[in-house]
Amino acid sequence: MSVFEAELKNGRFVISECPRCQKVIWPPSEFCTHCFGNTVWRTVNEPGTLVEYSSKDGKMFCMVEFENSIRVMGSLHDNKSPAVGQKIKISSCGFDKYPQFAFSPA
Amino acid sequence: MNKVAVIGYSDTKFSSDDIPIESSMIAAVKLLFEQTPNLGQKDIDVVLTSTNDNKKYLAPIVSELSGIAPKISHNVENLCSSGTNATVSAFSYIASGLADVALVVGAERFDSPGQVLQWDDSRGEFKHPIFWASMFTKAHKRKFGTTDEQLALVSAKNHRNALDNPTAYNPKKYTVEEIMNSKKLTDDLRLLDCSRPCTGSSAILLASEKTAKKFTDMPIWISGIGQKTTSASFTKNDLTSIESTKIASQGAFIMSKTSPEKIDVAEIHDAFTICELMVLEDLGIAPRGKAGQFVSDLYNTNNKKINPRGGLIGAGHPLGATGIAQVAEITRQLQGKSGKRQTENPKIGLVQNMSAAATSSTVLVLEP
Repeated sequence: MSVFEAELKNGRFVISECPRCQKVIWPPSEFCTHCFGNTVWRTVNEPGTLVEYSSKDGKMFCMVEFENSIRVMGSLHDNKSPAVGQKIKISSCGFDKYPQFAFSPA
Repeated sequence: MNKVAVIGYSDTKFSSDDIPIESSMIAAVKLLFEQTPNLGQKDIDVVLTSTNDNKKYLAPIVSELSGIAPKISHNVENLCSSGTNATVSAFSYIASGLADVALVVGAERFDSPGQVLQWDDSRGEFKHPIFWASMFTKAHKRKFGTTDEQLALVSAKNHRNALDNPTAYNPKKYTVEEIMNSKKLTDDLRLLDCSRPCTGSSAILLASEKTAKKFTDMPIWISGIGQKTTSASFTKNDLTSIESTKIASQGAFIMSKTSPEKIDVAEIHDAFTICELMVLEDLGIAPRGKAGQFVSDLYNTNNKKINPRGGLIGAGHPLGATGIAQVAEITRQLQGKSGKRQTENPKIGLVQNMSAAATSSTVLVLEP
């Protein structure tokens, strides 16, 4: 299990960052995609921004962007009138075979 | 660089058959030999297989079972565009002078593991293609005002085209209303907006200029190739434009010294109805945001220039075979041998194929 997955399992959404290049590396990786140096892990900064959404069987799913660079898909809750550009927070996250993110309005 | 032609092709019936992948491939190879004059096993220098099946060492296995002992044989896996990637690899072997004749055979089973990219954690738990397709659809509607009816017209057109394709998985005519009322999968996607995974195989034979005439008097030359991978993660890309297709097509047009308005017939990757609209715009065949109207006009005039064999939606989508079936169809069209689905005197054809939520694309230009 990767650091990303293990931290998700503990309820923390962490991202990788290269200390040398000062760049966020996404998707998460232990190596920098610019210099191949080792990355460090830190919690993502909230809130995110709603990029797009739809729904299946009455349950909403969406794409959210954090820190102007990290985009991830998750479920969307407590949002009767979603709007692209809306500020979004992480309600919960986890890992069970797949990463699981639950989002709601910030 | 040596010139390379497509000089033979074959397609098997796309189905739900539960058969070994090598049997499916051999069926296409057998048909190719039957349909290609003067072709013997000793003529073939390269055997490339194209599939997402988990079986190992498939190209040597298929070679042995076909009585071929090639110089070069290996599998090419690149999800949905495996077939076009294999075609480009075969082209390269011949263009470089390493080989003169290459057999490319692609196949997939209905239960292929290549239908979902499990690696992509940026999709969270929403890994199935219907989720990225819904994001594309919603975003295109939002930005350009694309309607459900315009999306349904893609499906209606491609299902109608597939009626004249005897190898199509499930050729059936649907009205726009039937498509718009088909089972709702998500808020933005209906069942008949989707292509269907199936079992099937296709094969093509590529040859150098000096050997092509031994097998055909109608070689179809691959005059342009463009490929681009922008990422493997879906979420890194724009939701209303397919950058990988845009860049790949620019490369193919430059290499072939042609342009989008000169394309007479094209096979493009319509895994979902929205894909056909976005691809048409990113190829430059339809104006940005206007592909819905463009397809509506094709439908209303019974114009088959886009996806004459029915596309993935009409013909079925056996991943590893799809790209090869696309090349076979454009070759057939440029030879004037497409029967009831023949377009009128095409001079330049195009193939566009892509993988994993459009994160990589291949574009080929073909000419007589």
